[in-house]
Order: sequence, then structure tokens, then C-alpha cells
Amino acid sequence: METVIGLFNYWIVIVLMMAGFYIVIAQENMIKKMVGLSIFQVAVFVFYISMSNVFGGTAPIAAEGFTRYSNPLPHVLILTAIVVGVATTALGLALIVRIKEEFGTIEDDQIRDMEEHGEESGA
Amino acid sequence: MNPADILIDIFLLLLMAAVAIAIVRSHLMFAVVMLSGIFSLLAAVLYVHLTAVDVAFTEAAVGAGVSTLLFLATLALTHVNVEEKHKPVRVVPLVIVVATGAMLTWGTLDMPHYGDPEAPANKHVAPRYIQESPKETGLPNMVTSVLASYRGYDTLGEVVVIFTAGVGVLVILGRGRRRWRPGVKDEDGDNLEEERA
Repeated sequence: METVIGLFNYWIVIVLMMAGFYIVIAQENMIKKMVGLSIFQVAVFVFYISMSNVFGGTAPIAAEGFTRYSNPLPHVLILTAIVVGVATTALGLALIVRIKEEFGTIEDDQIRDMEEHGEESGA
Repeated sequence: MNPADILIDIFLLLLMAAVAIAIVRSHLMFAVVMLSGIFSLLAAVLYVHLTAVDVAFTEAAVGAGVSTLLFLATLALTHVNVEEKHKPVRVVPLVIVVATGAMLTWGTLDMPHYGDPEAPANKHVAPRYIQESPKETGLPNMVTSVLASYRGYDTLGEVVVIFTAGVGVLVILGRGRRRWRPGVKDEDGDNLEEERA
């Protein structure tokens, strides 16, 4: 039971990560793939933040009467990662808008068909 | 450890897992985007619970706010409402995902347990930040002092990444892109190449 509680966070992180991974590899809609990527990212964030937590610790802001704090370093790393994640999401979505203009669809399999058969649609 | 803390933790994590699976199964794009916003908000609540208040703040503002807005804007620009040929279950990717998940789960078995103060991740440089940074930088918030002072170059790199992404978005979607395709006619039928000359 102690092992289950001790590792439960990591297991759910794996479930979330695999849900995102499944969307990226199995589903064709590109906007949904981006949502899948962001789920994957959040899974990594939850993993880091879970590791930084200390039982009985408080938020890492120095105050009278507290001696035990959570580890601030993973917080900083994830703070950076969240912002970078949004930047990459914005770039990916911009590419999707361009792909829609060029191909008339954002379904990955349809674009692959078009390229194989040398069709030019949209444009 | 406080049992109520653990129960809240488990409840939030299960909610997140449920939302993630709902996203996998949904084929309405608007629902997918809204669920991803809910997912980010749940993550923010979980970060508050795990005492990462600065991260929760950023996740709620940037993850749940800006991200969702970007997704909604993309939906509006591409006029995509539903996922075509929606297949909730595909065998080969499912096998890959389950196998990867099983290996990762196996990998967690010898990890230090959640909340363990003796975990290697909480040793090394972290105690120094906790003990010295309020004295060295004069800031009570250790996350701020690590972000802006000890790991300032990290933050500079982050700014460079955001700048690059912003330039990339402008180049991809900006007004100037039509000039890159000479000979293509615009909506009025004018040749853009001639128009420019």
C-alpha cells in the first residue's frame, strides 16, 4: 500500500503521457495532435513537480516559523518549460493554419494521399 | 504525511486522467480544445496542492489562458469542427503505447517515493538555494531568486526561444508571405508579382 501511494503520482503521469503519445501517433487531425503534445508536456510538468514536493514542506517562500520547503529548482525549470511550451504550440498552430491554406485539409492521412498521388488541391 | 493531502492528490490526478481520456475519445474539436483548457486548470490546482504556487500561476495564465486562446483562434482560422475519420481505437499505436507505458511503470518501481525529503532530487543544490538564497539575494521567494539570479542564463535562453517562436509565427502568418510565391494570383485576380513591381 505504501508503494502504491508513494508511486501513484508517477503512474498517473505515465497514463497522461501515454494518452498524449497515443493522440500524436494514432489520430490524424493536426490540431488534436497539438493538444496531445500539450498533454504530454503537462505530464512531464506534473512529474517534475511531484518529485519536488516534500512531505510537511511549504511553498518555497521564506517566512518566519517554517524550516521545511519544497525543492525550488524543479519549479524554476517547469516555469521555463511552460512558457517555452506555449511558444512551440503557437509555432505549430501557425504551421497548421498555413497547411490548411495550402492543402485545404489538416488531416494527416489526406495530406499524405495527396502527396503520393501528386494531386494539388487548394492553392 | 497527512491522509487528506494524499486523498486530494489522488482525486486531482484521477480527474486529470479522466479528462485526458475524454480528449482521446472526443472528435468534436471545440470540445477537445475546451477539455484541454480544463486539463490545464486541473494541473494548476494540482500544482497549488503540491506547493508549487509560482508554477500554478503560470500554468493557469499561460497554459489554460493563452494556449486555449491560440487553439480557439486556429479553429476559427481553419474552420475545422470535427475530426474526420475518427477512430477511437487503433491497434498498432495502442500496442506501442501500452508497451511504452508498461516499461515506464517498471522504471518507476525503484524511484524514491513521492514526498520523500531524502530523495536525491531534493539534495545537492536545492538545500543551498533554500538556506542561502533569501540571504544572498534578499528575496523571500526562492523560485524568483533562482529564476532571475542563479539560473539567469536559463531565463535569457527562454526569452530567446520565445522571440524566435514569435518571429517564426510572424514569418509564417505575416502579410509578406504572399510575395514568396511569385505568379500566384490573389483574390482580385491580380498577379502579385506585378503588383509588387
